[in-house]
Amino acid sequence: MICELVKKEQPKEHIYDFTVLCPEMAEQAKAGQFLHILCGGDAYLRRPISICDVTEGKYLRFIFEVRGEGTKSLAEKKVGESIDILGPLGNGFSLHPEDAEDALLIGGGIGIFPLLNLAKELGNKPNVILGFRNKDAVMMEDEFSAASSKLMIATDDGSYGFHGLVTDLLKQQMETGRVSHIYTCGPTPMMRAIAEIGKEHNIPVQVSLEERMGCGVGACVTCTCMVNGGRKRVCKDGPVFDGAEVEF
Amino acid sequence: MAEMKVNIAGVEWKNPVTTGSGTFGFGREYNEYFNLSELGAVCLKALSAVPRLGNPSPRIAETPKGILNSVGLQNPGAEVFLERELPWLRQFDTKLIANLCGSTIEDYVKVAEMMGDSVDMFELNISCPNVKEGGMAFGTNAKMIEEITQKVKAVSKVPLIVKLSPNVTDIAEMARAAEAGGADALSLINTLFGMKIDVKTRRPVLYNNMGGLSGPAVKPVAVRMVYQVRQAVKLPIIGMGGITTGEDAIEFLLAGANAVAVGTAGIVDPYAWIRVRDEIEAYLDENHIKDVNDIVGMVEMH
Repeated sequence: MICELVKKEQPKEHIYDFTVLCPEMAEQAKAGQFLHILCGGDAYLRRPISICDVTEGKYLRFIFEVRGEGTKSLAEKKVGESIDILGPLGNGFSLHPEDAEDALLIGGGIGIFPLLNLAKELGNKPNVILGFRNKDAVMMEDEFSAASSKLMIATDDGSYGFHGLVTDLLKQQMETGRVSHIYTCGPTPMMRAIAEIGKEHNIPVQVSLEERMGCGVGACVTCTCMVNGGRKRVCKDGPVFDGAEVEF
Repeated sequence: MAEMKVNIAGVEWKNPVTTGSGTFGFGREYNEYFNLSELGAVCLKALSAVPRLGNPSPRIAETPKGILNSVGLQNPGAEVFLERELPWLRQFDTKLIANLCGSTIEDYVKVAEMMGDSVDMFELNISCPNVKEGGMAFGTNAKMIEEITQKVKAVSKVPLIVKLSPNVTDIAEMARAAEAGGADALSLINTLFGMKIDVKTRRPVLYNNMGGLSGPAVKPVAVRMVYQVRQAVKLPIIGMGGITTGEDAIEFLLAGANAVAVGTAGIVDPYAWIRVRDEIEAYLDENHIKDVNDIVGMVEMH
């Protein structure tokens, strides 16, 4: 589907915040789903980028980091230009509105983006933990603050917020209050550690995985991960999986 | 409107467009984008006698105008296919081609027997570069091609297409070997064996290190090979390798292919198959060619 880029911001040196007009996709989009974007330039394949927000029922927002040729070309698009987007694709997070106030969202680095839409969709405002490398990498604090009942930020070097890992904050949160469900997206080691804590304490953990992807619709079977002893497609069976079943 | 029907080894396709095995699964995913009955034939993902887990990820790497893949023939096995997928596929008015793979000649014979006459055609996959045993090892040796073709043909209840590997020095020799073994048709090319290295990590991008190259990057190699095979044998040819537009497909037909498969292009554009079909038809109409079969092999060499 061809969508018009209506808003473009650059919150960090290598990070771009795009909003596209696309009522059909916006209507269907669920938190945790992704868009498969034709970036232009020499990039042959589409790039999967998670949906960060849906606004006014017709706009889709996605944020991405420039990492290679594809995202570099995408970042060069100008407001008013069109972008070829397939989506929304994949299964999003399973929501449990009844427990939303005790839900905990944990994001790391550029994995925080899909959690904003999730925080808004959960119904009751959840608790949110965000982890970053350092103060310079911290972003979207105001938006997450507005969408959560409590926002905790950790940095690896202690230059902002809590000095330590998101898992330290998770343990604190479990000691001081109830955690009904954990939703997480971020670096693999972080998600693996959270999935282990969840297993230990019998808390369901939903993880959003990433893998090098082809078609995005489940046919080419390239973006597989091991789940419960079998290969699952990140694009079609995921990208959200039960953390207890993923073999990281 | 030009006539689009083609006849491949006695099987009539309503148009000359099929799918490249392994890019289309068993059709369920793309049926959400277009009706499978729109295609001349659907060539299914490789099937083996027993389920195969395939290779670990990463299984795909982007390259200039193409991709490398190392899926490794992951499939649920013929039995599960026959039970869960075939009844669903049968609702469509299109021909079904089962792509058969194995590690030994006995495996290939077994899967051909299991499939019986449940589909319209078989495609013998002796050209996959992503498996340790079988696959390309069979498809790069003329004697082996003849032997395996003969043995599978002996138990095949439907026409047998042999899919050739481009990773050979003389493609015509391989085509003649398949013909001598009793192949009813040929398809080419499978992927070109390749490798991509991440210079930051100094490791290959694919977990399996090497993989099969497909996409527009391989098209000139594929067109050349189709032409050479056309000169060597009389069998029907299904041409493939980087076809993205109707004009790409016309190139293959001119080189001598009787039909074409679209594969990697569909990974980028889920409507690629239908678009290519429509663009072939538009080319024929614009050039006042009444029947698609009339341009097969009509390239005029210098």
